[in-house]
Amino acid sequence: MTGHSHDHDHSHDHDHSILSEMEVRVRALETLLAQKGYINPAAIDRIIETYEKEVGPHNGAQVVAKAWAEPDFKAWLIQDATAAIASLGFTGRQGEHMVVVENTPDQHNMVVCTLCSCYPWTVLGLPPVWYKSAAYRSRAVLEPRKVLADFGVPLPENTRIRVWDSTAEVRYLVLPKRPHGTDHLSTTELAGLVTRDAMIGTALI
Amino acid sequence: MNGVHDMGGQQGFGPVLFEEVEALFHADWESRAMAMTVAMGASGQWNIDLSRSARESLPPAVYLSSSYYEIWIRGLEKLLLERNMVTQAELSAGQLIAPPVKVNKVLTRDTVDAALKAGSPTKRPISQPALFKVGQKVRALNMHPQGHTRLPRYARGHEGTIVSLHGGHVLPDQHTLRALPPFNVVVEWLYTVVFDGPTLWGADSDPTVEVTVDAWESYLEAVA
Repeated sequence: MTGHSHDHDHSHDHDHSILSEMEVRVRALETLLAQKGYINPAAIDRIIETYEKEVGPHNGAQVVAKAWAEPDFKAWLIQDATAAIASLGFTGRQGEHMVVVENTPDQHNMVVCTLCSCYPWTVLGLPPVWYKSAAYRSRAVLEPRKVLADFGVPLPENTRIRVWDSTAEVRYLVLPKRPHGTDHLSTTELAGLVTRDAMIGTALI
Repeated sequence: MNGVHDMGGQQGFGPVLFEEVEALFHADWESRAMAMTVAMGASGQWNIDLSRSARESLPPAVYLSSSYYEIWIRGLEKLLLERNMVTQAELSAGQLIAPPVKVNKVLTRDTVDAALKAGSPTKRPISQPALFKVGQKVRALNMHPQGHTRLPRYARGHEGTIVSLHGGHVLPDQHTLRALPPFNVVVEWLYTVVFDGPTLWGADSDPTVEVTVDAWESYLEAVA
């Protein structure tokens, strides 16, 4: 669960009759919308390409690594995450208003959207299936420690867990704790340690 | 609206399940559904709150039994039908029958990047001072509006503390009141409010848990 797979595996154990029904329905809709002149299929292709190939957790990993390596950048990130993240070129849709929350020895942060699927697209790309699932949305606020256990994340009993429910247009990115023994690593090497789930708060590094 | 989408604290959905191999999309139609929703959003015929509201007001059984992008497609069809941008007959046929309505903007391959990079900020200038300050105790209103809202049920009626102010943001509850542009824009202060776990979930719940909610000013009242 450290990143997106671009391998489109169609051999999942899904109900194929439902999938093909949706395939037909969505193709019909796209044809219709293009005929109406409301959409341009080449623009649709470009949007997909952007989220498949360009925008993803590697963006967020750069933000985290830079914050670990540069105290001034970290201070800026905590103070004004939108501007600090924009300085790396990550702006736009579902990242218009960013807040970075820092994990400390006393407090672990975890992000959810109980009402829908709000997620910081500019730095993490599109959310994984589990983030959008009813199980995660319902339980993350009620019993986050048990949800973390589902992820195999044991937290000390006295660590405070703060769950950030993204109920407005503010998008949250967790700044994980920098692992020990990484002083000698370059920013690029540090970025390689940062996982998507750690930036959602459902993994440690 | 006390919809089925308001899932925080509901029980019975089981463990969080992970995919052994994650895929960004699980079929081609999912990627088309995502991108069409983004592209049609850029047309300006509705706003993000109207699109959320369209998904959330699907019949509960439909919402719960639909996959994520299926909900997006059902929401998109609903938005298009409500505005007479398409007809049911056209959706069934997958063919144009009636002439199109005029839309504000159509994304092209050349304008996609700039549109995605710009996004749709909801922050707006606000002249009136904020009613609450950081550290202040507030109570989330016990309210159950018929229309769209972003105050989750689990927070309603409970006391919390202001953690931060985010400036003026467009209030979703009002932004959904007019279906077509110009939309009904009311700007209010937006706050992050933190609630103690036991305040929300009872005395026997995990005392190390805190939950924050982003709440517009009219969702909150001062605690004496």
